[in-house]
Amino acid sequence: MNNTETLPKAKDGITRQKIKRSKIEMKNASKEAVAAYLFLMPNFLGFLVFTSLPVVFSFLLGFVQWDLLSAPIWVGFENYIQLFKDPYFWKYSWNTLFMMLGIPIGMMGSLLLALAMNQKIKGIVFFRTVYFLPTICSGVAIFVLWRFIYNPDFGLFNMVIGKFGDVVGLPLVGPNWLTDEKWAKPALIIMGIWQTVGGHNMILYLAGLQGIPKDLYEAASIDGANGWQRFWNITWPHLSPTTFFIGVMSLIGGFQSGFDAAYVMTGGGPNGSTTTIMYYIFNNAFQWTNMGYAAAISWVLFAIIFIFTMFYWKSGERSVHYM
Amino acid sequence: MSKIQTFEESKKKKQREENIRKAISYVVLGLGAISMIAPFLWMLTTSLKEPGMVFESLKTHWWKDWIPTTFIWENYVKAWEVVPFARFYMNSVFIALCTTFGQVFTSAMSGYAFSRLYFPGRTQLFLGYLATMMVPQAVTIIPVFILLRKLGWVDTYKAVILPGMFTAYGTFMLRQFFMSLPRDLEDAAKIDGCNYFGIFWKIILPLSKPALATLTTFTFMGSWMSFMWPLIVLTSKEKLTLPVGLAYFQSLYSTDWTLLMAGSMMVLLPVLLVFIFCQRYFVEGIKLSGIKG
Repeated sequence: MNNTETLPKAKDGITRQKIKRSKIEMKNASKEAVAAYLFLMPNFLGFLVFTSLPVVFSFLLGFVQWDLLSAPIWVGFENYIQLFKDPYFWKYSWNTLFMMLGIPIGMMGSLLLALAMNQKIKGIVFFRTVYFLPTICSGVAIFVLWRFIYNPDFGLFNMVIGKFGDVVGLPLVGPNWLTDEKWAKPALIIMGIWQTVGGHNMILYLAGLQGIPKDLYEAASIDGANGWQRFWNITWPHLSPTTFFIGVMSLIGGFQSGFDAAYVMTGGGPNGSTTTIMYYIFNNAFQWTNMGYAAAISWVLFAIIFIFTMFYWKSGERSVHYM
Repeated sequence: MSKIQTFEESKKKKQREENIRKAISYVVLGLGAISMIAPFLWMLTTSLKEPGMVFESLKTHWWKDWIPTTFIWENYVKAWEVVPFARFYMNSVFIALCTTFGQVFTSAMSGYAFSRLYFPGRTQLFLGYLATMMVPQAVTIIPVFILLRKLGWVDTYKAVILPGMFTAYGTFMLRQFFMSLPRDLEDAAKIDGCNYFGIFWKIILPLSKPALATLTTFTFMGSWMSFMWPLIVLTSKEKLTLPVGLAYFQSLYSTDWTLLMAGSMMVLLPVLLVFIFCQRYFVEGIKLSGIKG
């Protein structure tokens, strides 16, 4: 669509330059340009002030030390060198990566749900609504709720574990989810999966499934392929563009995530075990007013996202099948 | 004869297979649905319990104690009195409406310029827009905060609204959609002497309702749920948005569970109702964005 639409325009532009232009044509072209600039103006100005210039400014900030009270001091690469030696930065980067384990697990869950829903069964609208509920709810209310669910003594989660133990005949006791350094990260991952599994990704998978031609399955059945073979040879390759799209978006989002839930549920603790890079940037900038250092971290985060996305993109090019 | 039999058999086998598949699907979906709803039910019942009952409930019984013996509606009254939820609601609605209107309108205008009008520097500018889409929010929040501080805008509504209004994403999404619209109508309007704004207003916008609705939904939801930015720029209690207000509420009553659940319930309920009635539009919007964006 893109190409066919822009091509005649470009050609038009060339002929405009080559042929001797009549005055009226000149006037029309400049009128069009003026109109275009007027249409662009509001968005462009806002974009300039709140996105483009801040990006430039943020880059410069990375080279200064500034507490907003005294004048900024130029320190060159000092922030970046300090960052490289900062054990907390490495710890929080590890936390961020660890919590991103929830992404592939959640994607598998979304695909499983989409497969289950992509059939002629009753109550689809009901199921779709129910699964979408956690996505639609404002995060903070969910986080408050889950802080209660994870309460070790009278929360829902440990109650279920305890009752399960009763049934099996084992004295199972759930952990102190949010206050135990070992369990806080898994707790946030589980909650994240619950929150997103039936949301956007599942609907994208469902749309992808509905786009696969039915006769392919019929042909495979006649050839004697079983359900598993049909999934691996038809469904999965056809869904690869969807998987790739979800993967890229989740990867980019994943590196920047973790602040809201940790802020409300654990305050980044216990002992910094749920602090992510984003949380560290927030603390540096808005709790300790290390503006320069925070800006430097944000650029390193950008670099990390860029590298991982490029890497994923390159590997995706080989594995995605566009039908 | 035998051929017909095998055909019948295979048909039966196929039917059986499908029934099994359906049964498995129901089990998977049903179990999943329970785990989706249970936390919300738990929230509802807790919000109606006496504070002391929360600590008792799980030691002895199983399902029985989910439902409180007497419904304590005072939890809601108390939560409503302790926290200015009505005020938070108004703040959130106002901020989300302004952000959404500004975003959709300016994005539509710039999307129209990028898709339909020729001007020098168009390609370069558009590439510039696309490039910044990759920059994470973390990079811009610090300088934008410093800028707002210099302007003396910290702790104002506009500090929340304006930075959320201008995004490359909206421009990009609408430009892609406008590209797919046929040009004939426009040409006809041009011959009739319609100017560019007329074309934009009377032809492009009415033809783009699905895309505009999608962008509206996404922007509204994004603004409604956004937590970090309002938390950074808003400080006085009466200006807080709903999520920040709820977090503040939690910090005050961190173990008063019945009160907290009542407060969270009040935050969620209107959203849940809106969603249950409009869920079709959300779903369509997601599909659209997944294909176009």
